Amino acid sequence: MTLAAIQVLNGLTFAALLFLVASGFTLIFGLMRIVNLAHGALYLMGGYIALSTAMESGSFALAIAAAAAAIALAGFLVDRFLLGFVKGHELRQVLLTLGIALCLNDLALVIWGGDTFTVPVPEALRGAWSFAGISYPRYRLFVLAVGVVVFVLLWLLVNRTRLGALIRAGVDDAETVEAIGIDIKRVFVGTFMLGAALAGVGGALGGAFLSLYPTADSEILVFSLAVVIIGGRGSLWGAAVGSLFVAMLATYGQVWFPELAYFVIFGPMALLLAFRPLGLFGRAA
Amino acid sequence: MRRSTRLAVFAATLAVLALVPFVVPGYPTTLATEMLIFATLAMSIDILSGFAGRTPLCHGAIFGVSTYVLLYYVTVANGNVWVGAALGIAAATLTAMIFALLAVRTSGVYFLLLTLALGMVVWGVCLRWTSVTGGENGIRGTVRPAWLGNARVLYYFILVVTSAMTAAMWRFVRSPFGLTLAGIRESETRMRALGYDVPLHLFLAFTVSGFFAGLAGVLYAFFNSFVSPSTVGLEQSVEGLLMALVGGVGTLFGGLVGAAIIISLENLVSAYTERWMMALGLLFIFTMIFAPSGVLGRVREALAGNGKPRT
Amino acid sequence: MDRRNFMKAAGAVAAAAAGPASIPSAAAQNGPIRIGLLAPLTGVVASGGKEMVEGFNLYWNQFGHKVAGREIEVTVEDDASNPNTALEKARRLVEQGNVQMLIGDLLANTGLAVAEYVKGNGVPYFIPIIAADDLTQRKRIPNVIRIAGYAASQMPRPLADWLYKKKGIRKVVTVSQDYTFGHEQCGGFVQTFSELGGKVLAQYWHPLNTQDFSPYLAQIQAAKPDIVYAMETGADGTRFIQQWANFGMKGKMPLCGSMNLTDQSIIRNLGSESEGILSAAHFCEGNDAPATKKFVAEYEKAYRKLPSLYGFSMYSGAMWLAKAIEGVKGNVEDRPAFLEAVRKVVLTDSPLGRPVRLDEYGEPVYDVFIREVKKRPDGKYWNVPLDVYPNVSQFWHYKPDEYMKQPPYSRTFQGIKG
Repeated sequence: MTLAAIQVLNGLTFAALLFLVASGFTLIFGLMRIVNLAHGALYLMGGYIALSTAMESGSFALAIAAAAAAIALAGFLVDRFLLGFVKGHELRQVLLTLGIALCLNDLALVIWGGDTFTVPVPEALRGAWSFAGISYPRYRLFVLAVGVVVFVLLWLLVNRTRLGALIRAGVDDAETVEAIGIDIKRVFVGTFMLGAALAGVGGALGGAFLSLYPTADSEILVFSLAVVIIGGRGSLWGAAVGSLFVAMLATYGQVWFPELAYFVIFGPMALLLAFRPLGLFGRAA
Repeated sequence: MRRSTRLAVFAATLAVLALVPFVVPGYPTTLATEMLIFATLAMSIDILSGFAGRTPLCHGAIFGVSTYVLLYYVTVANGNVWVGAALGIAAATLTAMIFALLAVRTSGVYFLLLTLALGMVVWGVCLRWTSVTGGENGIRGTVRPAWLGNARVLYYFILVVTSAMTAAMWRFVRSPFGLTLAGIRESETRMRALGYDVPLHLFLAFTVSGFFAGLAGVLYAFFNSFVSPSTVGLEQSVEGLLMALVGGVGTLFGGLVGAAIIISLENLVSAYTERWMMALGLLFIFTMIFAPSGVLGRVREALAGNGKPRT
Repeated sequence: MDRRNFMKAAGAVAAAAAGPASIPSAAAQNGPIRIGLLAPLTGVVASGGKEMVEGFNLYWNQFGHKVAGREIEVTVEDDASNPNTALEKARRLVEQGNVQMLIGDLLANTGLAVAEYVKGNGVPYFIPIIAADDLTQRKRIPNVIRIAGYAASQMPRPLADWLYKKKGIRKVVTVSQDYTFGHEQCGGFVQTFSELGGKVLAQYWHPLNTQDFSPYLAQIQAAKPDIVYAMETGADGTRFIQQWANFGMKGKMPLCGSMNLTDQSIIRNLGSESEGILSAAHFCEGNDAPATKKFVAEYEKAYRKLPSLYGFSMYSGAMWLAKAIEGVKGNVEDRPAFLEAVRKVVLTDSPLGRPVRLDEYGEPVYDVFIREVKKRPDGKYWNVPLDVYPNVSQFWHYKPDEYMKQPPYSRTFQGIKG
């Protein structure tokens, strides 16, 4: 019973982190049709920035805010000054973001070095919480809570605000939105920044229990890809369900079929891409 | 470009390559050997991305499968190296066929992601199936036959094989089948309307591309005497793709140019700084923004701009 | 193979493999001695890799960069904790950099890849850190010598013995990185433990660079062992200790591990989470032997931190090399003589405070300390010795020939008795 409960929590808390990162990815992919392969690098950068901020200021909240702001800015720069050059060429955009990922990764290596770091968390979030006969890390439960809150906020944003309506309309048919006279470019940039910020926050939070190191970006990117492909691009529910699916597979797969751990995640992703590229909740353009 | 000019260029390239072990023996010859191997890989990628219009991120996995099979067969199963090579190429081709079956109905970004995922599956297997693939340790052992033991002899062997393969690939992409592929790249709907079986063509193109990637993998086993999960990993697929892109997709020989540029750059950059990854990333960015058709692509455009018809 | 024959055979093979480079030339004898140092400066064990370079350089900085009249030139290359990269860099150092010898590497898989490469060209390769058993057991390569190093299974055996006899531990679970070093450390531990009568409840293997240990921690909690043996290096070690504490297992279940788990490179960046973890090693920075105290003080002065196993081992490695180079009067180009000199070195000034020499199979014999992580008055954490097992060889209580009949440790063979 204890084992089962802990494993479920492990899966849920990891899913929460994946959701944070994948939600940003799916927004960008859904709206702008850009597969942002630099998303993992943005996550890692966000984590490192949070690390430095937390170590300098001693405030975890400030660290998260700094990560969000800095990576949103990075997103703006990437979109404005780099992606702008290859507009309209899907494949080129993707490959461009790959180049950006390599550069960001190396930049992080220069600034923070090759060691593994953990973002320090406040005392209140350290250690384990005992309840219902089990002991579980407080911090992971915190991440779970944040994931749920962010889901709710994003859902409200996308479904209950004008901006959200514009985003949804843009996901469905960007040309028409532009034809109505709305500056879709602003919406695009804003969405990119939001997506990037989510990745940055993901890095700050993930950096505290999964740690930060030079290859963390490609690892989280690959998971995000799996989530978004399985869940369907542009769909929040898809990101949530996809995250749960991938996280549970990773958690249980690691222990039950360690030999097949990666197969178990990428197998479904590959099959979905082959037979149902829109994923579970995605809609045709 | 007129046929005679082209032949002259080939001959000149071949002559230059043949002189390498005499002019720059030692480490540069080793680098040149590597360049030839990865040029074959890049060209195999180009068959798919340049000629069929489908950009893959899985060829590292296909390439590495061949290396793994050969090394396993010789060092663990104590088999004959040439049988092992044949098995390796067969395994790579089979892998490509499986990937193709799943991927032919997708295109563009989805194709890219699907091949990425499939490559990851192969990587995961190589990493975790420790009893067979050695897991993190990989498989090591000198598989090349004794008469290829000398670096210079190995270089010439690989040069001969690579030249033959390049010629074969060239014939392939210029054949009616290859021209159909080019047509598919230009406009799939038109080709379908004309009655061509597009999925079948793509499937075959993928398979052929896998065959050549597998061949490169065998040469790599000869050269490196070692294989590990890195060889089938995403970085290998990315680097191979970058070589094809930088050299010029759709030119075939762009693969050779791209491999030469990237391997030279890596050694040059690494001599002065550790920032090789950043240089690679910047190269990617630069190529995508300013030279999406790559070096040879630009050259071809420039030549076409002279009013001569593109052959 | 007895000692004399092994040395003769090794010498003959080394001479044959060395080729023309072994003929000393007057010009080469006055030039610098170029040493290629391979270390993981990035990747899962970057923290250890950096210290390898620091430890190695500390020796030369202290005693000068000249031995037997020749300048010592060290070129450092990053092996990225990756065997393919290690191989590429080794190739570059030897073929482009013209180094006369290679030293270093941290992860066993990187060492094995480079060892295979030097097998072909006879370049001397010294491995103070690589602990893969077979390099000094079944698959000995004459020009690969483990100076100042240890074999993976050498250290955990005393720990298993001590836990069984002195602490009454009867049930154990192991969790380990899934590669040679992990297999061998766990193998050494569980074989000894099970031969004494202990029970191995389960063994968990995970890939290098596992970020999330929660599934394993859940399983461990369910298995309820008397102690957990965690074989972790680098970042995996850091994460394991943190997650162990975060899951509330610290204090509730005893934890022991490989010496790498409680190595300074990990525990100096942690706090109380590492307190109380047991391990076994030849090097114990809290040991109050005068030579050790002196070394620790000097290291602290130079780098403002306590030395890790990696710093210590490479420092000893440099000391060893210097002695060997002196032994051949600087003529390292005469490979057979140089390798012979390396094998004959007796390190009398080792920071361990006892002389270190190689056994007939090319492996040092050590006094192994049972260590515990404790807090110093100044707030830093370090390993202090609780007990010591003198003169532990790579073969423990077994006869070498008997021992080498059993297969090398792997995931499938852990030597568990019964």
